[in-house]
Amino acid sequence: MTRRNVVSGAFLGVGLAAFVDETVFHQLLHWHHFYDRSTPAIGLVSDGILHAVSMVATVGALFLYADLRRRQTFRPRLWWGALLAGAGGFQLYDGTVQHKVMRIHQIRYDVSPAPYDWAWNIVAVLLLAAGLVLLAAARRGRPRSGES
Amino acid sequence: MGGHHDPGPGWLTAAVVFTAAAGYLTLAVAAGRRGTGWPVRHTILWVAGLVIAAAAVSRPGHGFRDHMISHVLLGMVAPVALVLAAPVTLTLRALPVAAARRMARLLRCHPARFVAHPVTAAVLNTGGLWLLYTTDLYRYSTADPAVALLIHAHVLLSGYLFTAAMIGVDPAPHRPGRATRGVVLIASLALHDILAKHLWTHPPAGVPQAGAQAGAELMYYRGDLADLLLVVVFCAQWYHAAGRRDRVSGSVAGPPPSPARPGR
Repeated sequence: MTRRNVVSGAFLGVGLAAFVDETVFHQLLHWHHFYDRSTPAIGLVSDGILHAVSMVATVGALFLYADLRRRQTFRPRLWWGALLAGAGGFQLYDGTVQHKVMRIHQIRYDVSPAPYDWAWNIVAVLLLAAGLVLLAAARRGRPRSGES
Repeated sequence: MGGHHDPGPGWLTAAVVFTAAAGYLTLAVAAGRRGTGWPVRHTILWVAGLVIAAAAVSRPGHGFRDHMISHVLLGMVAPVALVLAAPVTLTLRALPVAAARRMARLLRCHPARFVAHPVTAAVLNTGGLWLLYTTDLYRYSTADPAVALLIHAHVLLSGYLFTAAMIGVDPAPHRPGRATRGVVLIASLALHDILAKHLWTHPPAGVPQAGAQAGAELMYYRGDLADLLLVVVFCAQWYHAAGRRDRVSGSVAGPPPSPARPGR
C-alpha cells in the first residue's frame, strides 16, 4: 500500500497545483491568458494533455484516498510528502517548460516577467524539496511493517 | 441547433423523445411483469437524459456560443444520464428469452464490438467535433437544417457510445479494462481542450472572431464541468468495484469503520 499512498498524494498534489493555477491566475487575477497568440502548437498540446491529466488525477486521487481510509492503510507522512512533491514538480514543469520553453503564456503581462518567474520557480522548488524530505522521513520512520 | 436558423423541425425532436420515453417505459413495465422488476431511478435517469437532449436541440438562441451550449448538453451531459439508465440491460430483461439471446449475440458480433470499443467511440465523438469545426461542415449546418439535424444525431449518438465505453453499466464482455479506458478518457479530454483553444484563434468558417472566442471558452469551461461528471462516475465505479473485490477476497485489514453502506 506504500505505492498507493504515494500515487494518491502525488496525483492530488499535481491536481491541486493545476487547480490553483487555473482558478487563481487564469480566472481570478486574469494574469494568465486563455491563449497567447504566440503559443506554438506543441504548447497547446502540452497544455491540453496536462489539463486533462490533472483533472483525472485530482478525482482519482480523492477516490484512492477514500480507498486507503477504507482499508485503513493511510500513511499521512508518505501521503503529504507525495502531495507536496507532486505540487512542486508540477509547478516547476509549468514554470520552466511550459512558460519558458514552450511559451504557452507568461505569468503576468505588461510587467517584467523575471521576478515573477523567479518567485514562481523558487516556490516550486521549495514545495518539491519539502515533499521529498517528508517522503524520505516517512520511509525511514516506518520500514515496511508488513505492508505490500 | 446549427446556429443561424430556427430550432428546426420541433415535431421531429418531440417524436423521437416521445418514442424513446414510451419505448423505455413499455420495456420497464414488461420487465416488471416478468418478475425481475426495474429500478425507478433508472427510469428517472432515462427521462432526465431525454429532457436534457430535447432542451439542448430546441433551446432558442443563435450564434456559435448558443450552439456550443447545446452541444455540451447534447453530447456530454445527456449521454451520462442515458447510459446510466442501462437501456440494453432493460431490453434484455424485458424481451422473451429467445429474442434476448438473439440480441445478446448481436451485441457480441464483431462490428458491434468494433463500434463500441473506447478508441472507436472516442474517434467518432471527439474526431467528429474536429471535423465539424475545422472544415466547412459547420457552415453547411447553419445553412441547412437537415445537415444540422444529422449533426445533432451524430453528437448525441457518438456521445452515448463514448460515455458507454467509459462508464457503461450495460453488459460489455469485451470492453477493455479501466487502465486502457482511463488513457482513452484522458486523451479524449485533452483533444477536446486543445480543439477549444484552437477554435479561439481559428474560428470555424463563417463565425466571427468574438463569437468564436465566446464559444471556445464555453466549450473549454462548461465542457470541463461535463467531463468532471464523467470522471467522477468513472472513478466512483472503480471505488465500488475495488470495495466489492476486497469484500469477496477478505483482504481488507479490518471491517469498514463507516456504518454507511458503500455499495449503491
